[in-house]
Amino acid sequence: MAIILVNAIGLLIILAVIWWFWLGPKRSAGQLVSSAGKLQILVKDGVYEPDRIRLPAGCAVTLYFRREDPSPCSEWVLFPDLEVSAELALNKATPVEIPEAEPGEYPFNCQMQMYRGTLILE
Amino acid sequence: MSWRNNNIPLESMREHWRMTGLFRRPIPAAKLTDEMAAVSQQGTRDKRLPSPNGKVVTLSLKLVSWERKMTKEQQSGPRLFRLSGVNCAGCTNKIEAAVNALPGASGARVNLADKTLLIQGNVNVESCVEAVRQAGYGAELLQSSERQQRAEQREQEQRHYRQLLWRSTFALGVGVPLMAWGLITDNVSVNTPAEQLVWGGMGLITLAVLVFCGGHFFSGAWKALRHHNATMDTLVALGTGTAWLFSMMVVLVPHLLPEAARHVYFEASAMIIGLISLGQALEVRARGRTSAAVEKLLELQDSSARVLRDGREVDLPIEQVQAGDQLRVRPGEKIPVDGVVLEGSSLVDEAMLTGEPVPVKKVEGASLAAGTLNKNGSLLFRAEKVGADTRLAQIIEMVKNAQSSRVPIARLADKISSIFVPVVMIIAVVAALVWFNLGPEPRVAHMLVVLTSVLIIACPCALGLATPMSVMVGVGKGAEHGVLVRNGKALQQSCTLDVLVVDKTGTLTEGAPRLTDIDSDGDSDELLQQVASLEQGSEHPLAEAVVTAAQDKQLHLERPTHFEAINAHGVSGVVRGNKVLLGNNKLMAKEGLSLGPWQERAAKLAEAGRTVIYAAVDGKIKGVIAVADPIREDAEAAIIRLKNLGLRIEILTGDNRASAEAVAERLGIDRVHAELLPEDKERIVAELQGKGERVGMVGDGINDAPALARADVGFAIGAGTDVAIESADVTLMRSSLHGVANAIELSRATLRNIKQNLFGAFIYNSLGIPIAAGVLYPVTGLLLSPVIAGAAMAFSSLTVVTNANRLRFFKPSETH
Repeated sequence: MAIILVNAIGLLIILAVIWWFWLGPKRSAGQLVSSAGKLQILVKDGVYEPDRIRLPAGCAVTLYFRREDPSPCSEWVLFPDLEVSAELALNKATPVEIPEAEPGEYPFNCQMQMYRGTLILE
Repeated sequence: MSWRNNNIPLESMREHWRMTGLFRRPIPAAKLTDEMAAVSQQGTRDKRLPSPNGKVVTLSLKLVSWERKMTKEQQSGPRLFRLSGVNCAGCTNKIEAAVNALPGASGARVNLADKTLLIQGNVNVESCVEAVRQAGYGAELLQSSERQQRAEQREQEQRHYRQLLWRSTFALGVGVPLMAWGLITDNVSVNTPAEQLVWGGMGLITLAVLVFCGGHFFSGAWKALRHHNATMDTLVALGTGTAWLFSMMVVLVPHLLPEAARHVYFEASAMIIGLISLGQALEVRARGRTSAAVEKLLELQDSSARVLRDGREVDLPIEQVQAGDQLRVRPGEKIPVDGVVLEGSSLVDEAMLTGEPVPVKKVEGASLAAGTLNKNGSLLFRAEKVGADTRLAQIIEMVKNAQSSRVPIARLADKISSIFVPVVMIIAVVAALVWFNLGPEPRVAHMLVVLTSVLIIACPCALGLATPMSVMVGVGKGAEHGVLVRNGKALQQSCTLDVLVVDKTGTLTEGAPRLTDIDSDGDSDELLQQVASLEQGSEHPLAEAVVTAAQDKQLHLERPTHFEAINAHGVSGVVRGNKVLLGNNKLMAKEGLSLGPWQERAAKLAEAGRTVIYAAVDGKIKGVIAVADPIREDAEAAIIRLKNLGLRIEILTGDNRASAEAVAERLGIDRVHAELLPEDKERIVAELQGKGERVGMVGDGINDAPALARADVGFAIGAGTDVAIESADVTLMRSSLHGVANAIELSRATLRNIKQNLFGAFIYNSLGIPIAAGVLYPVTGLLLSPVIAGAAMAFSSLTVVTNANRLRFFKPSETH
């Protein structure tokens, strides 16, 4: 009985990992939509908050990254497809200029790809 | 117009009044104060006070008003704001107008390149921000310069380092005695109520370690999980959390487990947290060194400048210096902004920007670059570029951008990193199930050890850090040697080039023709004096070479009469009553002069790549003059270095074939493409690429830009044109081909370093994970302890950073 239980739990964990990280729907919670105000992203505890940002395509925009994680992992933010990068000051909002770009999804991440986010231009 | 310009300097006014004794009769203070208020409110400067001596009182009001203003400015000081949403000159005007309309603002200046706004006067921050916002833009107060920010950053890093060390000490302080107890007594099992009590207490102490020293791993893991993300925190939290929960289960309900599996792993949890914190602390220190190059460049920026205002030298913060200001720089001081020398001469050390070891002589009209060091003379110069427009600021920006760019070679590592953590979680569960189902007893304990070890040993950081750390150090090192790499791609491509096509003029040669030979049948100085006198009227580059040669010999030049430039032939005129002709053989033939033996002499010079001109005086050829663009002194050594790097060199030039071949022969270059039009250069690069070769192009001029852009790697050399620099992948601050060799050597060293790091990280993970999963158990009979796994993981990323830091010792093979 114990053997079946342990194996079942193990298999469930594997399925949960596959579903949660790859197959499951990404929650849209924490999306930031363009507004007249300051677009601020919190860099803390291994995540960008919000990590999905929707903005209108075709105009340059400034995103403010507020880094509250002192570990060096969070020091840089990179938008590889837009060739934009910035060194983030600790406990301050660092402006990151995003140039005008075509509609699409542009991932951004830290140097080690642990922090991850997506900029959606539409 | 600024108030400064309307007034006489304070000291001289006081001196003037003291000398003339006009201050002897004091004005009643109350009356003066009222009038001052009126002046201040109305902005009137020439208001007269009813007094026996109106002129004097007017002046004194000016003085008081000025002093008030001075005091106000000193109190409030200029304020610098960062703007957002600004992208054209129209925005600049709107913002400046909006801020200037604020009461108390005495001047607003927007720097479009910096996206900053400098406001003079006594205005509060909120109203400035509001004024800018109402103009349709965003503004926020910039508290400090980038250099200060960096210093703050370093201070915070230090704090974080100390915090990590403290966490590590506490965690290891709990873990090490527990581990020592286990190793010495081998009694870490829970079989009796007393053991339950003791180990329960230990469990609570370990929980304190997990919360206080490793709490951030758990909060990070939880947040990441909520975002469908998994990070290193996830692995650490799962590993240590599982070990602690299992141990607590052993303590609380030992009877549920077989006797052999009643083993606690509190020491593993505490040790892993301690070791990973220690590794992170050491990594923080090592990473600080990787950005040393940018910090060195930032240190070159001066914080103040000595500006001439109203005939006086005043020290002003660098942000207040404007293009067009006149500045004074004394011996031993740094040049604060880019400019042009107006007065004085001095040697300037430009090594920090160009890598050029020899100081450069600067005289009137010479350009100066911010950050360079004035050695021995005092210079007065006019600011041309300030703030983000200076070359130094642009270099810093370029280096920062390049440092964080991706290298194509890292694409695989990036892909793996993105799925790494969930994959490791699956592997850990699978391995644990295999041990549980197929392994020897105690199966439960083995399952837990394997699960924890696999989770802990896997290091996504080493994989993710492998490339960026090396690029960061490599690009920074390049900047130290005057090699500015645009991005990681250029860095990677530079080390796989097959062919280097080099523009001749200005790259292999000096780019300025010089008189190399003068052969005459009489006094050669006399002939040079005659032809140079004649050439004074000409604007041809060859004429400049002749006149410069005469001036170098300090020959006295006469003013020619009847000067005539004969298109495509030469020039003629009368110098001191003698008819002088200077030109090619066609001119001589046209004038009916026989070349005679001079023809043979001219042919020999032409073979050597010189441009030959015949000189005739009063109807008789008196000699030949040869002009050539001399080969750069270091070109030969640089070509040898490039050949040793395995590159084939080809010349591209718009010049005639004879002079190009002469240069090629002298430098040992096999192939020459001469008499080219700018578009031909691009075509030749494309043809070489069509043959499957990877082509690098070195050039400096506007006409090189298309070829530079077409080449796999374009190198803009020396003080190249902006267009060339724009199109190039690598900009060499120094006008020497050695820069290209340095760039290639550096790119190879960096790529080697990246490969070592990637190899190390891949090998580490692909060996570490199976070992942690227990593949060596059939041979050794042992499973990897989670503590060892934690130590290995902590130091794997440190190893990557340390290896990248080795690049800091890179030295190009050039010998001076």
